[in-house]
Amino acid sequence: MNIPSGLKYTKTHEWVKVEGNTGTVGVSDFAQHELGDIVFVEAPQPGDSVTAGAQMGTVESVKAVSELNCPVSGTVAETNEALADHPEYLNQDPYSAGWIIKVTLSDPKEAEGLMDSQAYAKYVAESGH
Amino acid sequence: MENLKKTPLNAEHRALGAKMVDFGGWDMPVQYTSILDEHIGVRTRAGLFDVSHMGEIWVEGPQALGLVQRLSSNDAAKLAVGQIHYAGLLTENGCFVDDMLVHKMADDRYLLVVNASNTDKDFAWVQKNAKGFDAKVTNASPVTAQIAIQGPKAIEILQPLVPDADLLSVKYYWFTYGTLLGEKRLLARTGYTGEDGYEVYLPPAKAPELWRLLLEKGKAHGLVPAGLGARDTLRLEACMALYGNDIDDTTTVLEADLGWILKLNKEGHFNGREALEKQKAEGAKRKLVAFELTDRGIPRHGMDCYSGGAKVGHVTSGTQAPYLKKPLGMCYLPAELSKPGTSFEVDIRGKHAAAKVVPKPHYKRAK
Repeated sequence: MNIPSGLKYTKTHEWVKVEGNTGTVGVSDFAQHELGDIVFVEAPQPGDSVTAGAQMGTVESVKAVSELNCPVSGTVAETNEALADHPEYLNQDPYSAGWIIKVTLSDPKEAEGLMDSQAYAKYVAESGH
Repeated sequence: MENLKKTPLNAEHRALGAKMVDFGGWDMPVQYTSILDEHIGVRTRAGLFDVSHMGEIWVEGPQALGLVQRLSSNDAAKLAVGQIHYAGLLTENGCFVDDMLVHKMADDRYLLVVNASNTDKDFAWVQKNAKGFDAKVTNASPVTAQIAIQGPKAIEILQPLVPDADLLSVKYYWFTYGTLLGEKRLLARTGYTGEDGYEVYLPPAKAPELWRLLLEKGKAHGLVPAGLGARDTLRLEACMALYGNDIDDTTTVLEADLGWILKLNKEGHFNGREALEKQKAEGAKRKLVAFELTDRGIPRHGMDCYSGGAKVGHVTSGTQAPYLKKPLGMCYLPAELSKPGTSFEVDIRGKHAAAKVVPKPHYKRAK
């Protein structure tokens, strides 16, 4: 299980990487593994507002649909257009090529309330997986 | 999860690292590595499936044919010994208790292969209908394992293990017997993937050895173990109905667009005959069609279909098709909207995505 340090994680298995005013958002390696082959990603578009903890889109594997929650609040600055043709990037490279959106943060300190990599590793282990 | 039923291959699946799920009360592998890879593996090379959970019901005796005819939508009198056909196990309303494969083993012996989760219900229905017939019915499911090998390389892999049978000379939907691991086995050229291949019937205790042998011998041909996830997407591309999704005890044979397994000209009464004669005369009001989504999105079982702002039907099966690489499915639509080319919409979580009816099947293998 790959859980890079330097990122913040949610209980619903999304990650956010905060750099200044911008937060890059994706799903964790654990999440992509649980979902299986991802074949469709529906994400908010630039200009849309997003709220921490609220649903911002969906990720679909061959078998199932899963909600995608936003770890942070703000306005979408950029959407990863490559995912329209290559949703499998979420499986292959969840922390880099598989990023989903970049958010202009309304409060850069908001993400501090999320789990760090150690806490998330413990959370995943304790949730019985 | 402790009380789930297990096939004789359960330990094999776990040793292969399969993701296991509860499938109608059975602890079954949904995937080993990836549904996409397993699906493509079956379409382009070969896949190995544990289908031991399927139900096997024997009908034997002087009036075995009469009982099968009473139960089935198809005309079993037309079967030769060694031949198999697809059929509906019908209610009095012409709907499906189940769908099944009918194998004619001898003039007085038939083997019905039915869906795992329906086996007990089906057997009770067969027993109930058997009253008055000089025929014995047996539920052999607990003592019968089944392994399917499917795909363009399937026969190449299986043939060397069965030296006394010529597997290529057996026609599709016929069976033969061959010596496999030292014992005669029933080998049926059938499947649920849209590919060529065989389904092998054998006692549960013998199944693990055959499973391992096939995986080993098939490796050089690119054989992969394939789970229920791929089985579902494969059968959907091939437009083969799934009981509980596309057909059930509220859908008739005609509505399911399975007129080719309905033989109203066969002799004698059969369950559902009156209802189906009436529906045929009046025309079925709805029909199970194949469709593709023309907008982005993935259709799923249970989503509603709309036309002209009105709800007109529902999706029975839908997926992002792994081989055809597009979102597609099957759905019930009113007869007047069932022609290929007709546009309608699928309600995907509140958004109406454009769809169009297409000819069946979505996928047909090159012969």
